[in-house]
Amino acid sequence: MSTLIPSNFSRRAFLRTSSIAGGGMLIGFNLFTACKPKAEMPIDISQLNYNDFNAFIKISDDGMVTIFAPNPEIGQGVKTSMPMLIAEELDVPWEHVNVVQGKLDTENYTRQIAGGSQSIRFGWEPLRQTGATARQMLVNAAAVRWGVDASECTASQGVITNAAGETLGYGDVVKEAATLEVPENVGLKDPKDFKLIGTDAQNVDIDKIISGKPLFGLDYKAEGMVYASVLRPPAFGKTLESFDATEAKAMPGVIDVIQIGEKANHLLTNKEPNWTVQLGKSDKVVVIAKTTWEAMKAKNAIKAVWSDASPMESTEFQDRQLLDLLDGNKFNTMRKDGNVKKAFAEADEILERTYESPFLPHNCMEPMNFYANITDEKIHLVGPIQTPEPTAGMVAAMLDRDVADIELEMTRMGGGFGRRLYCDFVLEVAEIANAIRKPIKMVSSREDDMTTGVYRPAIKYRIKAGIKDGKITGYHLKEAAINDNMYGLIPNFFPAGALENYQVDVANYKSNITTGAWRAPFTNFLSFAEQSFLDELAEVLDIDPVQMRLDLLQKVKGTEDERIEYSAERMEDVINLVVEKSGLRNPKDGVYQGFCAYYCHNTHIAEVADVVLENNQPVVKKITVAVDCGVVVNPLGALNQIEGGVIDGVGHSMYGNLTFEDGKPQSDNYNSYRLIRMKEAPKVETHFVKNTLSPTGLGEPTLPPAGAAVSIAINKATGNRLYKQPFADNMNKKELIG
Amino acid sequence: MPTYNLMINGNSQSVEVASDTPLLWVLRDHLDMVGTKYGCGIGQCGSCTVHVDGTATRSCLLQVSQLEGKAIKTIEGLSEDGLHPVQEAWKEVDVPQCGYCQAGQIMTASAFLENNQNPTEDDIKNAMQGNICRCASYKRIEEAVKTAAEKMG
Repeated sequence: MSTLIPSNFSRRAFLRTSSIAGGGMLIGFNLFTACKPKAEMPIDISQLNYNDFNAFIKISDDGMVTIFAPNPEIGQGVKTSMPMLIAEELDVPWEHVNVVQGKLDTENYTRQIAGGSQSIRFGWEPLRQTGATARQMLVNAAAVRWGVDASECTASQGVITNAAGETLGYGDVVKEAATLEVPENVGLKDPKDFKLIGTDAQNVDIDKIISGKPLFGLDYKAEGMVYASVLRPPAFGKTLESFDATEAKAMPGVIDVIQIGEKANHLLTNKEPNWTVQLGKSDKVVVIAKTTWEAMKAKNAIKAVWSDASPMESTEFQDRQLLDLLDGNKFNTMRKDGNVKKAFAEADEILERTYESPFLPHNCMEPMNFYANITDEKIHLVGPIQTPEPTAGMVAAMLDRDVADIELEMTRMGGGFGRRLYCDFVLEVAEIANAIRKPIKMVSSREDDMTTGVYRPAIKYRIKAGIKDGKITGYHLKEAAINDNMYGLIPNFFPAGALENYQVDVANYKSNITTGAWRAPFTNFLSFAEQSFLDELAEVLDIDPVQMRLDLLQKVKGTEDERIEYSAERMEDVINLVVEKSGLRNPKDGVYQGFCAYYCHNTHIAEVADVVLENNQPVVKKITVAVDCGVVVNPLGALNQIEGGVIDGVGHSMYGNLTFEDGKPQSDNYNSYRLIRMKEAPKVETHFVKNTLSPTGLGEPTLPPAGAAVSIAINKATGNRLYKQPFADNMNKKELIG
Repeated sequence: MPTYNLMINGNSQSVEVASDTPLLWVLRDHLDMVGTKYGCGIGQCGSCTVHVDGTATRSCLLQVSQLEGKAIKTIEGLSEDGLHPVQEAWKEVDVPQCGYCQAGQIMTASAFLENNQNPTEDDIKNAMQGNICRCASYKRIEEAVKTAAEKMG
């Protein structure tokens, strides 16, 4: 394990500087790749273009630093934590730093995607390197001014000091610094010298959030803007046949009613979808009105005729398909060690269990929406999207336009959870704006949002273990999922590597219901299945479930299997920490505890859930969390992510459930779909493993273990093993409140 | 279309809209006050909470025709400078994640604390139960309401 993630960018070529009109130094930098040879630095701050650079830092002659941070903000705090990395090495007081959301570059931008808990991990070295290089240039400029060697000067908190004790502020030397050559191989701070990293920094948008200032896509307005409400198929499998808009067109505020879909459907029939989905290959009816309310109201007055284009599926039907897959033999093998069949044939005892989960909508509090204004010269897009670069590419391809015509501005996002990775709604508004040639914003109602989603797919796992002479001799996990299966290194997560005979097989059923990434894809349910199974296995073996994990981990130490990315040592650390902090060895009377340890999204986590019985109902009181996410950049933000992820995990395993009848989602708003609320939210107590390893993200990894820990604790409290989510529905106990 | 005179944040505002237009959309689309958020449109999530004569109310369910002569307060008018004790507490505790629901949470909390300056944990939970936070920042919301109560008490 190394402190730094190896990087392959050229230190010399990733950063350029210029003086800007009105005073100050502008630094343009490229994360991960060298700047293009012809990359030109803007000389006016209003003309930042992100075609050649990922982001810019402006240091004004008063010493104030503005970071134009391009990473979209969906609530995981990267708009705060990533600039902290620059400011640490630049060595400026955080109060002197202002962060501005950058507009999109349509070309050449790497990793301008929020998702996968990767932002902080990939930014860790290059962002600090950028700050360190800029600081060195300022120091060099001061040294030239003083006529001394730069090595005799130091910089700290925005001030450069020489051997004689003279000082210059960063702002005093920006003019000269901007003209100097970019130094190479500037050293980074030793983590023990960090001043900012590891300290609490507030959300940089907090003043705007608490006073109701426009921030989100839904808040964006442009001169002459009108609104669109889109009528999409009422069920998966339906397609638009015809519609009558006579009544709708006569309603107040309605400007027009049009049909769209031809362009998007043509595109997606002929081009591989890139971060988008196609809802039913159907055309859609669009009401264009002066206001949101008038557009939504008139949409309900459209009389549309829908025909059956593909089978309308129900949850019951899909459950049967998935169980048939588990019973059958149409699997792809993702990992195979030894011979599980032989192990099972020779076993004294077999444990086999099936775990089931439903579809889940994302339910971002800000419904899907996007603004577009399209002219012959330009395509202006504004709104909340996690994948700006692929989105611009898809829009350009759909409208047969040059991607350079597109200017895409990202707003703050009212939640993402994976939904805003998919740009289906941007394609919609682009097709609408292209047809009507007016600035327009498409706004989904909550009902639209919940019933035409890109859902977490329903998945079933069947896990089988063989036991011989009191040892686990074989472990076989089968996955049956709607549409897509687990990917990447997931089949190699714990307990892979710890068992001689181990196999992971996957199969899927292709449905017309659109599915995609949902906070912690696959692991959000896999964790519950595996951790519950391991707990039950320990019970069958009559060994302590913690000790069972620790014993298994011994076998992973020193592994040469490159697919094993989790660390047995780091897993041990979180296990030991959670055992100590949760009081697992000395439980209080009446408190039932469920333990689990999990690795996903590059982070090692162990959680213990405390459940009590109130009126014979299990109530989740507290979750103790031990996290190893490397260096904690912003503890205040990190704790918020952890608490949110854990409570989200508890809430969705307890209540989350979207079912289908004849292709139609059976919930469409919060009166028929239950999200966790304050009373049900358990206390979350977090403990970090302290080390100086490269940081990993926290948007996702705390969620998966939460449902597992809760199910295990409920088993302790009630004696019932839970195999199916949501727990509340499957325990016939609707009010699990805490 | 009829004209309605509304008293919003102490200012008289005149709007010409259909009588069934919800206050939420009058604020957002007609008056450019976008701090009040749309979340569900059926009074279930609390994102659109405003004060009507001091009571926390879901603006998505309030038709404009019901509001003449009533004092409406939105997040934009909660304080001059963003320094209402509830806003200060929200800042101190660093509550928001995505931030979208927080204006509604703050409006619910500020109306609640006007009437209960020494709330118990259960009081707080009951008062805030109607506001969904999809990022699940509930523990910080609870802490911030407690902090605000101390400031106001």
